[in-house]
Amino acid sequence: MADNAKPISTGDFKPVTAADRSHLDSEKISAPSLTFLQDSWRRLRKNKAAMIALIVLIILFILAFGSGFFETHNPNATNPNLANLPPKIPGIDINGFNGTIMQSGTRVNAYAQAHAGNAYYLLGTDYLGRDLFSRILYGTRISLEIALIASFFDLAFGVVYGIVSGWMGGRVDTIMQRIIEIMLSIPNLVVMVLLILVLKPGMSAIIYSIAITSWINMARLVRAQTLELKNQEFILAARALGESSLKISFKHLLPNLSSVIIINLMFTIPTAIFFEAFLSYIGIGISAPQASLGTLINDGQKNFQFLPYQMWYPAIVLSVLMIAFNILGDGLRDSFDPKSRE
Amino acid sequence: MVKYLGKRIFYIILTLFIVSTITFFLMKFMPGTPLTNQAKLTPSQIHQIYKQYGLDKPVWQQYLVYLAGVVHGNFGVSFQFSNQAVSYLIGSRMGPSLIIGGQGMIVGVLLGLVLGSLGAVKANTWIDTTSTIVSILLVSIPSFVLAVLLQYYLGLKLRWFPIADWGGFIYTVLPTMALAASPLAETARFMRTEMVDVLSSDYIELAKAKGLGKVGIIYHHALRNSLIPIITIIGPLTVNIMTGSMVVENIFSVPGIGEQFVKSVLTNDYPTIMGLTIVYCAMLCVVLLITDILYGLIDPRIRLSGQSN
Amino acid sequence: MENNQNVLEVRNLKINFNTYAGTVKAIRDVSFDLRKGETLAIVGESGSGKTVTTRSIMGLNSPNAVIAGGSIMFKNQDLLKKSRKQMDAIRGNNIAEIFQDPMTSLDPTMKIGKQIAEPLIIHKGMKREKAYAQALEMMKLVGIENAEQRINNYPHQFSGGMRQRIVIAIALVNYPEILIADEPTTALDVTIQAQILDLMKELQTKTNTSIIFITHDLGVVAGMADRVAVMYAGKIVEYGTVDEIFYNPKHPYTWGLLNSMPTMDTSGTELPSIPGTPPDLLDPPKGDAFAARNKYALEIDTKQQPPFFKVSDTHYAATWLLDPRAPKMTPPEQIIERQKHYAKLTHEAIDEHKDKHVEEQEEQL
Ligand SMILES: Nc1ncnc2c1ncn2[C@@H]1O[C@H](COP(=O)(O)OP(=O)(O)O)[C@@H](O)[C@H]1O
Ligand SMILES: [Mg+2]
Repeated sequence: MADNAKPISTGDFKPVTAADRSHLDSEKISAPSLTFLQDSWRRLRKNKAAMIALIVLIILFILAFGSGFFETHNPNATNPNLANLPPKIPGIDINGFNGTIMQSGTRVNAYAQAHAGNAYYLLGTDYLGRDLFSRILYGTRISLEIALIASFFDLAFGVVYGIVSGWMGGRVDTIMQRIIEIMLSIPNLVVMVLLILVLKPGMSAIIYSIAITSWINMARLVRAQTLELKNQEFILAARALGESSLKISFKHLLPNLSSVIIINLMFTIPTAIFFEAFLSYIGIGISAPQASLGTLINDGQKNFQFLPYQMWYPAIVLSVLMIAFNILGDGLRDSFDPKSRE
Repeated sequence: MVKYLGKRIFYIILTLFIVSTITFFLMKFMPGTPLTNQAKLTPSQIHQIYKQYGLDKPVWQQYLVYLAGVVHGNFGVSFQFSNQAVSYLIGSRMGPSLIIGGQGMIVGVLLGLVLGSLGAVKANTWIDTTSTIVSILLVSIPSFVLAVLLQYYLGLKLRWFPIADWGGFIYTVLPTMALAASPLAETARFMRTEMVDVLSSDYIELAKAKGLGKVGIIYHHALRNSLIPIITIIGPLTVNIMTGSMVVENIFSVPGIGEQFVKSVLTNDYPTIMGLTIVYCAMLCVVLLITDILYGLIDPRIRLSGQSN
Repeated sequence: MENNQNVLEVRNLKINFNTYAGTVKAIRDVSFDLRKGETLAIVGESGSGKTVTTRSIMGLNSPNAVIAGGSIMFKNQDLLKKSRKQMDAIRGNNIAEIFQDPMTSLDPTMKIGKQIAEPLIIHKGMKREKAYAQALEMMKLVGIENAEQRINNYPHQFSGGMRQRIVIAIALVNYPEILIADEPTTALDVTIQAQILDLMKELQTKTNTSIIFITHDLGVVAGMADRVAVMYAGKIVEYGTVDEIFYNPKHPYTWGLLNSMPTMDTSGTELPSIPGTPPDLLDPPKGDAFAARNKYALEIDTKQQPPFFKVSDTHYAATWLLDPRAPKMTPPEQIIERQKHYAKLTHEAIDEHKDKHVEEQEEQL
């Protein structure tokens, strides 16, 4: 025992005063206690994949919503003379980015052939000579707008529906659950298509159809969690004190529902983005000449064999968007789940 | 059990009734009639065609006629193919969809189970990482992108499979692969979470305390307990397959109901859209019913509470 | 008679956990013996390291645990040095464990007959029929009525108390030398608790198993244990026979535990619990870990950990209060009462002890 090395004096055997003891105790408070959200955020920050996903999303957001600054061309301006030009990035001389293309076995400068002069298109042009880069940025913006709108309905409708259903219980709950069950036995896409047919294809039709389908999962999860919380002591105490249901919802329920809500939101978003792209891809979504990642992929697919970049770039952006949201969602779920704490 | 079944079937019928009603009245608001695609006609010809489709009667009568038809599996006549009954159209296209959808579901779920359990058993190793990356990729890449890539690389470039059309088994391979991606990824993710949960449960701890080895624990206790809840995601997976089939069938020219649905939507063929909507809902309801019953049969906890009720 | 009767010897056990916040020193130099046929209770507030101690014996600590030192000798072999395969052969065979919550410790999708038979099939290589027959015997032994029918039932068809009986049957089906019971009654109703404790005592006399009985509740210890070890912040602070701990406690922490325990005398009065919280094991204090909560703390407690002071041959306590240089302290009133009671008891006990010896010898004949 190394500790014993120190000689013990008799003075050491006098009692410690209560004040000194409390001092002993306070010295020991080393790790500051974190709130639940801070704690989750700390864990999320340690998750490399989730942080990369978050950064990618932030960059995409900035590019898409600041597209006025980044767009090199008007996304809808056609220029038949300069159709189907390959990507050309000034100063980079790598095949695929230097404006050259393989034509019957030899590599030719497509820009020179089209007499494009000094013009360049970062990701090339489509069959109408529209700048693909600008169109992809525009399509990304549509996707992100859809994401925001879907989140809004998830929160405004799904969360409220879930809380009301779980909180009220009884008959109200039964009826509200029946409605959800019926909604669940119709494939979402079918509901969307029917609505879009009634409302005429376009952005607003897509928004309505996403609004009507996106909240269901949120409502179910929030209801389940509310049912669980409802009988917990702090809620019972608040009820016994006569606090109004509305106040309890905001003060006690919502903070405890926050992790469920955030996690589910992160899965609603990629679903909504997928459905917009899907509808636009099959031709009843965003209508021409506006760009959406779905329409861009559909356009590019027709020329995929000869001008693969026309489908690859929008497809990559759409996939990256989905992957980033899914990874971030996974990361959030892990960081909110107390079970995964080490 | 019989009572439960009766109740469930009643709700299915109610659901289908509501769906038929809503689609019927939605379609009544639609622009366009069977005549949209046809050139100038004389009033008597128009009257003739309206009569053919029953459009000369008041709306409520049309509704009752339609409902009576639905009960008998008669969804009216297609606008697009003027002399074909919608029910015949759907019937003749059901086979290919069921084949690629069923294959996609089976392949996807089985591979997903393997991938998910590997990820859980080897949690936090490179195997887990790989399994996670594969499932994230497959859940994120949209089915229409995947289908086009499969068609181009495995079909056109490598010539392993026909790029499109419908014939023998070989024609089903690429569509099946494209459809299997989503259930594969979802099953793997679900299975991994489920199994990690089970592996950290008290009864696995007790199994370890019994002296059961790692293989025994997984085989005797962990697998069954994590497999049972998988049944609950079959319903949502069916929805994914239905959605996916609409583009996948289109891309590979599979003559199925998914392709027909998109075609009908693009040509405003309302009777076919209505018929397919009801058929999709009916299929989903049946799948949900079967999975619920299956869950009850397999999970002893539910099995017994069902008996005592 | 003493030493060669030890079935388990834990020496200087040190267990750390690696966590994101640093190294948690959960077990800090724990030593104790378990003797044949006895029940050793390990008592302490939650978080004191009782479960980690038993997990170490079972070889079932979580992956982030690090054995920082010590040994656990069982049949002249160090369990800490055994491979996972070797431990598999011992677990459920020589050493078995009962867990806290019977509601979650049975596999919900497996018939209980199979769950009870499993250890027989694993360790004795028995055929199904034979293992089930023995499982049935075990079910009767632990008091499950209609065992013939219930062998095919699933866990959810049993009440909590019945489930704990099943867990006990699983643990005892191979007649292990050592049974570890980690708070086996904490999750049960009070009346059921007593039944389970009675059952364990009854089975112990039948099987001559040694029991390590973990609890945070001194109340259940009295009727159950032969000896008691009191644990605090990853260390044993006092150990002795059950009478010594109950009626002649020396460590202020034991005083605190006893004072917060309801007894016949205290019924009605308010129970004082020990104020304060256990120290942070990421950075344990230099001196006595209990000093900060100890009304009787001395200067030396803040500087140096107390060694074990001998009270009797069977009774040791790690507190500087027992140092000859320490000032005389008056324990709480209740403890004085207990000590008075103890003085009376020791006289009677000497006679009783003799009787017991006679009985034991008769049994063996
Ligand atoms: N896997 C682990 N990782 C980190 N710390 C742990 C782990 N398991 C136990 N501990 C810590 O070890 C200490 C003792 O825990 P435990 O033995 O469970 O206490 P008891 O059973 O006495 O209530 C506690 O401080 C606990 O936080
Ligand atoms: Mg414990």
